[in-house]
Amino acid sequence: MRRIVLALAALALGSTALTACGGDAGGSDSLVDKAKNDKKLTVGVKIDQPGLGVKKPDGTMEGFDVDVARYIAEKLGVPESGITWKETISANREPFIQQGQVDFVVATYSILDERKEKVTFAGPYIVAHQDIMVRSDESSVTKVEDLKDKLICQASGSNSYKRITDPAPDGQGIKAKLVPAGSYSECVAKLKGGTLDAVTTDDLILAGFAAQNPSDYKILGTPFTDEKYGVGMKKGDTASCEAVNDAIAEMYKDGTAAQLLKKWFGQTQGLQLPTEAPAFEGCA
Amino acid sequence: MSTGVLFDAPGPRARLRHNVLTLVGLLAALLAAWFVWARFSAAGQWDAELWKPFLDPEVWTGLILPGLWGTLSAAAVSAVLALLFGVVFGLGRLSDHWWLRLPSGGIVEFFRSVPVLIMIFFAQAGAFAIFGYVMPAFWAVVIGLTLYNGSVLAEVFRSGVHSVARGQSEAAYALGLRKGGVMRLILLPQAVTAMLPAIVSQMIVLLKDTALGYIIAYEDLLNAGFRVVPANYGNIIPAAIVVAAVYIALNLVLGWFATWLEGRGRRSRRSAATPMKADPVVGVPPLGA
Amino acid sequence: MSALIENFDAIIAGFWSTIRLAAMSAVLSLLLGTLLVALRVSPVPVLRGMGTLYVTILRNTPLTLVLLFCALGISNTLQLNFDVEDPAFNGYWLAVLGLTAYTSTFVCETLRAGVNTVPMGQAEASRAIGLTFAQSMRMVILPQAFRAVIAPLGSVLIALIKNTTVVIVAGYAEAAFVMKDMLYESAGTVVMVFLGFAAGYMILTLPVGYLTGWLARRLAVRR
Repeated sequence: MRRIVLALAALALGSTALTACGGDAGGSDSLVDKAKNDKKLTVGVKIDQPGLGVKKPDGTMEGFDVDVARYIAEKLGVPESGITWKETISANREPFIQQGQVDFVVATYSILDERKEKVTFAGPYIVAHQDIMVRSDESSVTKVEDLKDKLICQASGSNSYKRITDPAPDGQGIKAKLVPAGSYSECVAKLKGGTLDAVTTDDLILAGFAAQNPSDYKILGTPFTDEKYGVGMKKGDTASCEAVNDAIAEMYKDGTAAQLLKKWFGQTQGLQLPTEAPAFEGCA
Repeated sequence: MSTGVLFDAPGPRARLRHNVLTLVGLLAALLAAWFVWARFSAAGQWDAELWKPFLDPEVWTGLILPGLWGTLSAAAVSAVLALLFGVVFGLGRLSDHWWLRLPSGGIVEFFRSVPVLIMIFFAQAGAFAIFGYVMPAFWAVVIGLTLYNGSVLAEVFRSGVHSVARGQSEAAYALGLRKGGVMRLILLPQAVTAMLPAIVSQMIVLLKDTALGYIIAYEDLLNAGFRVVPANYGNIIPAAIVVAAVYIALNLVLGWFATWLEGRGRRSRRSAATPMKADPVVGVPPLGA
Repeated sequence: MSALIENFDAIIAGFWSTIRLAAMSAVLSLLLGTLLVALRVSPVPVLRGMGTLYVTILRNTPLTLVLLFCALGISNTLQLNFDVEDPAFNGYWLAVLGLTAYTSTFVCETLRAGVNTVPMGQAEASRAIGLTFAQSMRMVILPQAFRAVIAPLGSVLIALIKNTTVVIVAGYAEAAFVMKDMLYESAGTVVMVFLGFAAGYMILTLPVGYLTGWLARRLAVRR
């Protein structure tokens, strides 16, 4: 009995130590300085968003956001081997940045005024648009207005459905029926199974799912919002923000952006991909 | 009580009835299985593409097993902490001093009646709002599970000590032992034997409850299997089935362990306490989430 | 405190959903649990096996996963829906289905344990005085078994009320869903929100515990 207790206690301590190591704080250095001095960065990404940020079985990361993060890190002087990936979810992105648990975040992170109060955004590196995805044999939905009385997905923790159902000016005031789901993966599974008619959120997110089964889904290509995806970092780190903006501009100039967009979203029909860098928001 | 004594040896008519029922049961089972199979194939869920990833060892070593480790380590740490919590507050409730007994009782009753998920949410959001500290999902899960299961275990300890025949403590007092001695030398050693099955079956509840970590994105078995694997292969239903199989196997092993412990406790004559049921049906909520 | 007052309507609506879920699942679990226990003690091996298989599988799967299966597997893959065109109605019944499927296994085990509390001698005696199976069940075994399971069934019911929180994974909005929104979206006074919701659950669960405990003591079979 005593031996079992001891073993468990050892296990508990081990896990504590592991977690403690994981929560390594970044200190007060700016992002640029840290990159230059340590050649190491911790980057917050999504790990379950097809086409944008996915953790693969071999432990590597892939996706558009991940590649953008790699490019930025490289421009800041950090090689791929110096990047530690850390999962960020919608609920913890701001706290993680504020506490230095991640150095910057590239995770379908829309630049919003209320978020600007807590973090500084570089970019946007791309502007996504809310769009609608339906089954490829669906013919009764061709534009936003057709969603009236259709079943659309209400993914937990996402406000995208409000752009449809809320009255103007926030949304379109269209009376669609909301089907709750735990995540967009579940939404897409339900779309395929026919328990809902349309999934509506950022087109890049939809494109990532569509790329998994290109013959099953189609994206309407009727964008109706602008979602500026930015690179989040510690509030007030203006110099680093400028450096990241330079990297993004460079990414579009040297053709990397076009290449990445083609790689991740090129197969998807109905998607309008940008050819030049979006107008930056400014780092102030 | 075995149910065998309730029935007569079946006569010809009863045998016929049993045979008909057997047939009906088999047919119903086959029909259900066929229905599931047909709908699955109609939905294309048997496509080899969706199941192939689970033959790839890398999917197991890279995603599922680390997830399993997440589940097991959260369960192990919460189990240890819950046992400590249970001992402290269980003995607290048995104390002769009201200022120990009442607060312990209040705490135990409070955490037993609040859903684990609510506590996990609070551990995470509360730590940030109050201390400005981002609680790692691991600790939010551990705190929630510890408080709830610890409270249940406190009740197990209390009733375990009560289950030792009263003559034992009376005899000990008669021998001149003090309160502490009676508890330490007489009651606890016997109570522990009686409590073990109940403790182990509470551990099964705890292990299953770690799946609540899915809701706050803790990297456990459910998250690895249900979120990350489908993000790679778009196979959410097969992934859910595989994950469920792993959970069931895990819990069955623990369950057999509980039954074995119970059987061992019943055979050994070293304790004057009656072994508590592996399924602590009396007084203790038998199920978590 | 103000956070609780401002969102009072949403909170009440959340707890009303919780009550609706718990009440319907409780009734159905009791029915299904009784059916399962009938299967598990039946003299037909196939039926017994089916009952055991069902209980073993459902009892050992986390409720989170059971509910995910209902939302995705049953509704979506098996195409069994209560009414696809009315998502709120459909979601409610799918959640009830999941909670019932899970809880009924615990009801079944509790009832079985209740039958086991009746000493073997009682059954033997009733057989010896010539009662048939149905008679000995109705007049000797079940009245005692029923009283023995009141308190444990109360615990199952309490656990069910608390387990409604897990329905959150299917996106169904009940009290925990409202709380999560309040905690993470509009971070008010977190401690007050927690205590408010904890109090809400205690109002629901404590009376159940006391009532069943009191009933169990009143009706206890003295041996």
